[in-house]
Amino acid sequence: LANVIADFIMPCEAGWLFSVIYCLYLLLDVSISLPDCFSSWWSEVQMGPPDPILGVSEAYKRDTNPKKINLGVGAYRDDQGKPYVLSCVRKAEAQIAAKKLDKEYLAIGGLGDFTKACAKLALGDDNEVIKSGRNITVQTISGTGSLRIGANFLSRFHTEARDVYLPKPSWGNHTPIFRDAGMQLKAYTYYDPKTCGFDFQGALNDISKIPEKSVIMLHACAHNPTGVDPRPEQWKEIADLVKKRNLLVFFDMAYQGFASGDIDRDAWAVRYFIEQGHNIVLSQSFAKNMGLYGERVGGFTVVCKDAEEAKRVESQLKILIRPIYSNPPMNGARIAATILNTPDLYKEWLGEVHGMANRIITMRELLVANLKKEGSTRNWKHVIDQIGMFCFTGLKPEQVERLTKEFSVYMTKDGRISMAGVTSGNVGYLAQGIHAVTK
Amino acid sequence: IMSLFGEVPQATPVAVFKLSNDFKEDPNPMKVNLGVGAYRTDEGQPWVLPVVKKVEKLIVADNRLNHEYLPILGLPEFRSSASKIALGEDSPAIQESRVGAVQCLGGTGALKMGAEFLRRWYNGNDNMKTPVYVSAPTWENHNSVFANAGFKDVRPYKYWDAEKRGLDLDGFLGDLETAPKHSIFVLHACAHNPTGTDPTHVEWMQVAEVMKRRKLFVFFDSAYQGFASGCLDKDAWAVRNFVTQGFEMFCAQSFSKNFGLYNERVGNLTIVARDADNVRRVLSQMEKIVRVTWSNPPSQGARLVAITLNRAELFAEWKDNVKTMADRVLLMRASLQAKLQALGTPGTWDHITQQIGMFSFTGLNPKQVEYMIKERSIYLMASGRINMCGLTTKNIDYVAKSIHETVVNVQ
Repeated sequence: LANVIADFIMPCEAGWLFSVIYCLYLLLDVSISLPDCFSSWWSEVQMGPPDPILGVSEAYKRDTNPKKINLGVGAYRDDQGKPYVLSCVRKAEAQIAAKKLDKEYLAIGGLGDFTKACAKLALGDDNEVIKSGRNITVQTISGTGSLRIGANFLSRFHTEARDVYLPKPSWGNHTPIFRDAGMQLKAYTYYDPKTCGFDFQGALNDISKIPEKSVIMLHACAHNPTGVDPRPEQWKEIADLVKKRNLLVFFDMAYQGFASGDIDRDAWAVRYFIEQGHNIVLSQSFAKNMGLYGERVGGFTVVCKDAEEAKRVESQLKILIRPIYSNPPMNGARIAATILNTPDLYKEWLGEVHGMANRIITMRELLVANLKKEGSTRNWKHVIDQIGMFCFTGLKPEQVERLTKEFSVYMTKDGRISMAGVTSGNVGYLAQGIHAVTK
Repeated sequence: IMSLFGEVPQATPVAVFKLSNDFKEDPNPMKVNLGVGAYRTDEGQPWVLPVVKKVEKLIVADNRLNHEYLPILGLPEFRSSASKIALGEDSPAIQESRVGAVQCLGGTGALKMGAEFLRRWYNGNDNMKTPVYVSAPTWENHNSVFANAGFKDVRPYKYWDAEKRGLDLDGFLGDLETAPKHSIFVLHACAHNPTGTDPTHVEWMQVAEVMKRRKLFVFFDSAYQGFASGCLDKDAWAVRNFVTQGFEMFCAQSFSKNFGLYNERVGNLTIVARDADNVRRVLSQMEKIVRVTWSNPPSQGARLVAITLNRAELFAEWKDNVKTMADRVLLMRASLQAKLQALGTPGTWDHITQQIGMFSFTGLNPKQVEYMIKERSIYLMASGRINMCGLTTKNIDYVAKSIHETVVNVQ
């Protein structure tokens, strides 16, 4: 009431007296029906906190330092620091333009040519799952949309368990997505800050205690934000333990091809789990590996018991999708499908993905070499051991703050840098800055 | 091994898509699809607007463009020009900086974002009990959108008078008078789907008076701007009038039909609020909702629309393309009505020319609809709704004769 009174002590046509009388009215009538000149429906809407990752980019944009570096958002950049449109994408676009296709609505589950190829890419051409038709793969609004549909599906149909276990740490958006869908979030140990590597024993310990039927989220490759992936032998033990615990596996694969440069190698864990009998659910994104960020290309797959179950699950996925956006956007899916289904474009794509992954790996090596050159005596091995777009440097928040303030190097507070933002042109300066704040 | 999904039941398919599927599989050469709401040329073909083809070429040729992420709320040039289309270039609300917008995935996505926001922030926090009123009948997905956003009480408001085949104004106003305060009303901005029956200006003003007095929330669904009369401004009359009346409101816009960009999912949620500060806070919360749903919207369609709306010659060409579509629909309406009259088909058929937009509520009952589908291979919704765009100069005689036969033989 004090706030309301304060609000009314503003110049208004109705004046003081009205304000006083009106406050009395409010005391007596709780329903919020203020006259138009005072109110908005949205007076109680708080200012939402800025998105931490995008906030980094905003701050970077405002900085006038010519040496500034943006190591925030995870979008690939070439060695000139420019966005990179893949050549196979441009070729696919030209092919598509020549076909003069119509713009009729896609099916709710998306473009068939895309969803089939999407599943094959993840599971392998000859996968028994695909052959027997026991997977359902729908086109989604990139990785986020896929995770959201998956979360909604689990929330509605996986009623035995409400808990989703995320690795600690995980992509920041995982938590709000699952929470908004009505699931509860828990965590299992994953990253070891002492080694900047994988806390294998810690993970096994925590996983062994997860209640049966809970959902466990696994990053298929190039873990975001740490870049720390389990080794194949470790994946095998995890798969074993997860089976013993009878957990539902949710794989998030946003970087297939981007991690090692080899799409089959990067999908190894996914395929291994399926082989071992896990009926997984899987989210895929083509934002990074095809550079189709803004076109929103993704897939959501449920591996079912058999084709009949897949049909039932498909029908329910459609019911979930329709009240959100009816059916998915065509452009990006058409590009991806063209690439995946045209042999020479596919070959070219594999080469370009390999090239992007290689540039990242080279930058990792250059960064470490430059740090040594600067005279750093710290152990930077993890920069090379970690994989994919991101690197968990091990920098503490105070060090990150200094790096940003004194060197105009922009990154998230948790010490994560996007290696894609590193170029041969700026790696020296970056090493200087990191050494300065860590020596 | 027991499957975790062993108990997942088979869901019934979405009716309008099942209808299209059945049509596709029908071997009858005379078959006609009067189901799904997409424009067709007189050859019965989808139509990519000439201006769209032109702009697509511009986009492909422009090497400065890339596929980077759009901002969470979408392409700024798209959002502002799309809102201008709904509210008018010289809208006082725009001049007063109290309009915001969120680029969404089609009209559905815009409704979804609006619904999610309202459930969280309107009439208290996370108040799922606020009644949401949708017209009887309405686009069937309205119910699901609001229910899935968490609203527990989605109800019909009287709208279509089946007997007189027109607007049930008294019923409509009556429901507005008795709705709990702060209830949300989903209003069709023009070319009501599925009835094609819109309130007149006077009737709209009566609706506005009650809504203002009873503090009801205005949520416009504008999926056919330009398509109804052929004129963008005429079709936006109701939306603009409500803005002049001082309402804070949402308007879900779709560019699927008027740009023919169905599969690119181009939509915009226009937000009119009391002042810029309210707009700012609302948009900040919209970002949170977008981020957990699709992160950021698809760029192709929005880019296309933004380029078109922001260049004078392209904008003029677009308006012309829209008029072409609307005119063909008007022609088919006039033609069908004339033919039914000439055949002496029992009943009155004036509603066919009085109704507006893509759809017509024929008045055929479910038995008659079934007859049309099974015996004549003419596919329409069980409600009796037909898509006028499915009619062509080549099939209109067959359709008219079939309606005649159905009405005469099936009660």
